[in-house]
Amino acid sequence: MHEYSIVASLIDRVQQEADAHGGSRVYRLHVKIGELSGVEVELLKTAFDTFRERTICDGAELAIDMVAAAWACPSCKRAVARGAILRCDDCGRPARMLQGDEIILQRIEMEAPHV
Amino acid sequence: MCETCGCGDPEIVPIEVQERILSDNDAQAGHNRSHFEALGMLAINLMGSPGSGKTAVLEATAKVAGEHLKLGAVSGDLATDRDADRLNASGIVSATITTGSACHLDARLVHRALHDFPSDDRDIFFIENVGNLVCPAIYDLGQAANVVALSVTEGEDKPLKYPVMFQKADLVLLTKVDLIPHLDFDLAAVEDAVARVMPEAHMLKVSAKTGEGIDAWLQWLERLRPAPVEQSAAEHPHEHHHEHH
Repeated sequence: MHEYSIVASLIDRVQQEADAHGGSRVYRLHVKIGELSGVEVELLKTAFDTFRERTICDGAELAIDMVAAAWACPSCKRAVARGAILRCDDCGRPARMLQGDEIILQRIEMEAPHV
Repeated sequence: MCETCGCGDPEIVPIEVQERILSDNDAQAGHNRSHFEALGMLAINLMGSPGSGKTAVLEATAKVAGEHLKLGAVSGDLATDRDADRLNASGIVSATITTGSACHLDARLVHRALHDFPSDDRDIFFIENVGNLVCPAIYDLGQAANVVALSVTEGEDKPLKYPVMFQKADLVLLTKVDLIPHLDFDLAAVEDAVARVMPEAHMLKVSAKTGEGIDAWLQWLERLRPAPVEQSAAEHPHEHHHEHH
């Protein structure tokens, strides 16, 4: 259940941004979570709903952008399907993950006097 | 409040961040990494299920290499000092990181343990993570490499069920291979599963009981060891932005 520690880091980060911008109330957080990030989205939502109370994020919405995993050969760029052997069929090189491991805070919508 | 027309609506502004949520952990891990590098220590993050044989592999490693390599370890444990006690008895200088209810180690816990650690002249420093195939995978600790212990009794499909852990691994240690004659274990199936989740699939078969494969494991570690550091670098290990106690 590391989702709780991720939410704690997330709220700390939002508080830093609120301090820097004179923000008082947070309306919405946009986060990007990859399919192979190791973060379970449902658990993340539950953790956020529990921990946001009495923090800068109290009442804020968590908008989650899910990112599917994608792999490709680093030299010939050929896509390697999820679940397949992670090696290029043509040149035999190990595949590289293009996307799918993101745990990113993209944007905060907050009430603030100036940015 | 809205300053344009005075309508009373608050101004909601978007603030772009675009950063990893665990950026604080990443920064702390970077600090640990420079600490290990400055001291010339090879740091290994050893992960795996509870009972996969992590501690036993380290004991077997000490048995073979303890004479010529200075080994150190910290063991993440929810409640006891049992792993560190076992490792100390095997000749590995060890300490426990008690995590309480936390299911993984993070860079801050490792950093604190490093400062309390009784020795800073280890050749190889093992960070034995909490037994868990999920949570430890996403926290960088400052290690040079991730190693996952997978025992032959856990089932061939574990890599497919826990892809994140295996995708981040630099090496899989297939442990307890001395038990294979007693099991319906399909080595080809586990090799296939690993190749579907780990781009540079690399697996070594080891037995802590018979010592099989421990030499190959040591050779793998030896190849990763950094070149000896200058004395001056060891005296001034790394920049700090915090107080040491």
